[in-house]
Amino acid sequence: MLPDANSSNTPVSSGLKVAALVSVGQHPKSGRPRRADQDARAVEMGIRLCGEHLSLVHAGPEGKGDIREQALRQYLGMGIKGLTILHQQEGSDALPALASHFKDQGADIILAGMRAESGEASGMLPYLLADRLGWPIVSSVADIISINENDAEILQALPRGQRRKLRVSVPFVATVDQAAQIPRQIAFGPSQRGHLKGQESIDEIDQVKSDWEETPARKRPKRLNIKKAKSAADRFKAATAKPQGEGGKIMKDESSQEKAQAILDLLVSEGIVK
Amino acid sequence: MSDVIRRDPRAERIARNRLHPLHQSLVGAATEQRGPTGLLRKDPRAGYFMGPNGLRRIDRSGASHPGAATRVQRGTGGGVSTEPTLPLHQVENPDNFIVCVLDMVGGRLTSHDKDVLGQAHILAKSSAQTTAVTAVVFGDHREEALDKAGVDRLIHFENSDANHYQGYCPEQKLAALQSVESQLAPGHWLFPDSIHGGADLGCRLAARIGERPANHAWQVDSENTICRGGSDRIDIKRQTPRILLLAEECAMPIDETRHEVLALDVEHLVTPDQHIQDLGAVDVDPSQIPLAEAEFILSAGNGVKDWDQFHDVASTLGATEGASRVAVDDGFMPRFRQVGATGIWVTARVYVAVGISGAIQHLQGIGQCEKVVAINTDPGCDMVKRADLTVIGKSQDILAELLRLYKERQSGVSDDSATLSDKTESDESVEDQNKEARRVA
Ligand SMILES: Cc1cc2nc3c(=O)[nH]c(=O)nc-3n(C[C@H](O)[C@H](O)[C@H](O)COP(=O)(O)OP(=O)(O)OC[C@H]3O[C@@H](n4cnc5c(N)ncnc54)[C@H](O)[C@@H]3O)c2cc1C
Repeated sequence: MLPDANSSNTPVSSGLKVAALVSVGQHPKSGRPRRADQDARAVEMGIRLCGEHLSLVHAGPEGKGDIREQALRQYLGMGIKGLTILHQQEGSDALPALASHFKDQGADIILAGMRAESGEASGMLPYLLADRLGWPIVSSVADIISINENDAEILQALPRGQRRKLRVSVPFVATVDQAAQIPRQIAFGPSQRGHLKGQESIDEIDQVKSDWEETPARKRPKRLNIKKAKSAADRFKAATAKPQGEGGKIMKDESSQEKAQAILDLLVSEGIVK
Repeated sequence: MSDVIRRDPRAERIARNRLHPLHQSLVGAATEQRGPTGLLRKDPRAGYFMGPNGLRRIDRSGASHPGAATRVQRGTGGGVSTEPTLPLHQVENPDNFIVCVLDMVGGRLTSHDKDVLGQAHILAKSSAQTTAVTAVVFGDHREEALDKAGVDRLIHFENSDANHYQGYCPEQKLAALQSVESQLAPGHWLFPDSIHGGADLGCRLAARIGERPANHAWQVDSENTICRGGSDRIDIKRQTPRILLLAEECAMPIDETRHEVLALDVEHLVTPDQHIQDLGAVDVDPSQIPLAEAEFILSAGNGVKDWDQFHDVASTLGATEGASRVAVDDGFMPRFRQVGATGIWVTARVYVAVGISGAIQHLQGIGQCEKVVAINTDPGCDMVKRADLTVIGKSQDILAELLRLYKERQSGVSDDSATLSDKTESDESVEDQNKEARRVA
């Protein structure tokens, strides 16, 4: 079923229990429900770790046969047989349900996206869950390099495509973002055959949230580069100043070596070449 | 310390004597001079600049002001500072604190940090209590302008044997913030909602002390906060909570006052349990870095004739490869390497354009690059106008030379050659800085 699940170089750890938290995403432009991109990346990472033993957990309304269910089934279409749904009403807090689920069931690694695609999307859930369980949490994980019973070596994504290696003790929570492997395609057949296991769970209405006002996003004003001037002379100068930095240094008649040296010097002074 | 302006007879003598060797340096294009009666006299013909429509304009800003040299303020240690001193904003015996935990990328304030401090002052102003804006900085830093960015109080967690804040140590930092929480009980906690660690730390603190934060907040006052929701599709208006993770450009940075930057001592009360260990940075293959994120791009256009050489240079220098549309259309480069309006908008710090003419569609894509270097045979092309450094010549020759010089440099051969002898020292200092920056980051 999963031909390439075990072929990646991450060591397979059959004894480890890996779980991925999945949510219903939405398309950024049309708003249509779909698998959330970051969650799908988390599922992809989980599949690479332990194949189809990966357990998927979702907390939310039951919604039989509706468009949300179709979105959740997309995760099953990645090659997983079942998905656990902790039943809740719309607008409930997912944290207590998930925390009690993992306290009962246990897990070694919980994978999640950094940020949901709809609603508040605060990205707090993995942190709160980790805090409830007393586990460490690592954010923006790009890859899990190796793993054993005690600890795992993790590649963390940094800005500008850089990577950092971390060692973290098992069990832990990891969140993934755009830097992780892109998720595999969805196969329609398995997604429909897969099993959605409903489960009763704690249902606490999120009281604070119900006081909030939600509006479609307004366009944020761009910051203009206004020069504050104290005196008339300053204002005059700002109004008449020529745009700065027109053209840089031009080297024409020097030898190739001098030209290349100038480029190299620039690279060195910018800290690109060490 | 007196602010009395005193005459400097020697300087005046030199200023009168046009044949004196120091005359130029004192007078130059002096626009203002003390007349014989001690009055300030302006010479309207001396200091002017050309206005936009070709008319002479008197420079009234006083920026070119060498006449100042003859009047020395004694007691201030000589030189007169040209920068105006901003008024000092003082907070005495504050009974409330707004704590900003700064990113300090490379040991310096980022523009995001400054916005956060600006927001902190907006909140401080509308608070009924005397509020001090307090910055938390971890480890070594190299920022000198903390006062101008609006830091009233500074909590500096310095590296010590017991506590190290280098690399990735969120647990350690969280423990430090918890100590701050228990000792100061700040009115607000502000974090930059950034990928440089601000968002991560803010979420950790919020989870630990059980406060519900406002994430991606972009409009904040003392009452209400507007946050951006998922996929940037909704705005959420809510009461302003204690912990705020602020988006970029949430408020204007401070620019009209100076602040005290008084150190606040906070004891470590919490010892963290260390589960996460930093094993250091990993070398990344530059060709794997997404073009939009890459820091250093070597980009090829129609003027590249020797493609093997180009790829060789890119891999040797550790550059991510980019291309103009023509190079892509001709099949020399894959489509995902195209830079420009219909390709990828890049943000590189250094962008080297080899044989690219600089069509507007291409220039749009490199609008955010800091330093652009052009290698081109045509001195009149548009890329030259955009570039900070242009070398005119055949790309093959210059790339070959660059490759040779780089290899020499790496193997250390050129260190004692004549052309480089004065370079090495500055190189070293740059290198030291870089090392430091990496350590701090
Ligand atoms: C709708 C539209 C969208 C477009 N979008 C993009 C886009 O996203 N990105 C993009 O790049 N273009 C785009 N273009 C194309 C763009 O207008 C230009 O045609 C293209 O950028 C030119 O590429 P170039 O500079 O490599 O080639 P040229 O314009 O041919 O320039 C080659 C340069 O190399 C120099 N040269 C020649 N020989 C040598 C040598 N031996 N050594 C050094 N220099 C040499 C020449 O002096 C010249 O300056 C778009 C065009 C259209 C109409």
